Amino acid sequence: MNKNMIITGLVIFVLAVLSPFWFNMITTTQAAPEPELLGRAKTEKKCVLDKYEMRANHMALLDEWRDSVVRSSDRQYKAANGHTFGMSISTGKNSCLGCHVDKTKFCDKCHTYASVNPYCWDCHTNPKEIE
Amino acid sequence: MNQKYLIPLTAVFLLFLVAYTGVEGAGLQWFFGIVFPYVAVIAFLAGFVYKVLGWASSAVPFRIPTTCGQQKSLPWIKQSTIDNPDTSTGVFVRMILEIFLFRSLFRNTKAAFNKNASNRLSYSWEIFLWVGALAFHYSFLVVLLRHFRFFTSPVPSCLKILERIDGIVQLGLPGLMLSGVVLLLAVLFLLARRIFDAKVAYISQAADYFPLFLIIGIASTGLSMRYFTKVDIIGIKTLTMGLVTFSPTIPEGVGGLFYAHIFMVSTLFAYFPLSKLMHMGGIFLSPTRNMANNTRAKRHVNPWNYDVKTHTYEEYEDHFREKMIEAGLPVDKKE
Repeated sequence: MNKNMIITGLVIFVLAVLSPFWFNMITTTQAAPEPELLGRAKTEKKCVLDKYEMRANHMALLDEWRDSVVRSSDRQYKAANGHTFGMSISTGKNSCLGCHVDKTKFCDKCHTYASVNPYCWDCHTNPKEIE
Repeated sequence: MNQKYLIPLTAVFLLFLVAYTGVEGAGLQWFFGIVFPYVAVIAFLAGFVYKVLGWASSAVPFRIPTTCGQQKSLPWIKQSTIDNPDTSTGVFVRMILEIFLFRSLFRNTKAAFNKNASNRLSYSWEIFLWVGALAFHYSFLVVLLRHFRFFTSPVPSCLKILERIDGIVQLGLPGLMLSGVVLLLAVLFLLARRIFDAKVAYISQAADYFPLFLIIGIASTGLSMRYFTKVDIIGIKTLTMGLVTFSPTIPEGVGGLFYAHIFMVSTLFAYFPLSKLMHMGGIFLSPTRNMANNTRAKRHVNPWNYDVKTHTYEEYEDHFREKMIEAGLPVDKKE
């Protein structure tokens, strides 16, 4: 191996390692999103879980709900704060989207930011889209 | 129990506990989340460059390629152009195959005594190291690349394609990523091989076990955060984006497990240049792989040979011709 090749390789490697830094310098970086609480969600001030628990755990909860609804047709969720919610993403006033009315301004904001592609919407429809 | 793996195992547990308790108990988020990652990246790059430059400046006076096939010979003898290359093209192909497919591991054999009455020492092909290494390295690469979603915003589409392929089984919520599971299984296999294969255990040192335990720690905390204990991913991305845009912030509601994960990753980076893991750079510089076996076609002179004062026979004869003829000694050139 001659020295020039080694130095070239080393420069490429260092640039690759530092890519997260310079990539964000040469492109415009999107700031962290603030999911908007609109409609009922803004006034109700109660959700199925606490704020941070909800952020971390909602997908696992939805997974449990799906099993509960599909396998034992149990459609009501009694939350720790005493309120009862409908175990549904999009159907009824007590469902997720019944309260958080705008999917694009709530769900999608963080999902896009974190590059998460939930397959919820392969089957479920966004009520807004139908209207 | 063997101290060669007990000490590194304890060290990894301690690393985990230091970060976990440091965050949960002492509130040192700024250290484990900001200061140490930066230090680790600097240590990694500086150490890596230093090591490679050191190798680059060391002498390689001899042509010492490992030859694994027929060398270039008479035209009617078929040469093994990749396993015994005599051109730089052959060397290039050999290097590419070594780096991407680990061909030298593919040839791995094991020596053992026959189990039957003859009890003869025999060598057999042992493919599992190659399979395990391949699974480990590629799943680690995919896991590493997938983590770029925490350092880019918006996330480039090539990463989304990678995530889609990796999550193709669509199992559970959040969806199962195959690479993470393969990584943990492969590294556990490589560890089991070191512990249970007596011949490998005999040559294994603490420095061999430590990276394995560290990677097991990293993979299991990562899998745990994704599938079991769960974390606020937006909070974490705020932290990582803060790191790469040089405006670090500490998010609320992110627990000790995440900091233990990032601390172990940082430790791996910082430790990298000091360890066997430098084979990442070293593989490109291995003289037994990156040289053409052309010593019969080309003369290679040791580059630091100094000018030796020679006195050839012709010069000797020129010097003593008359005396030699006088003494009746035979000479090549009369006159």
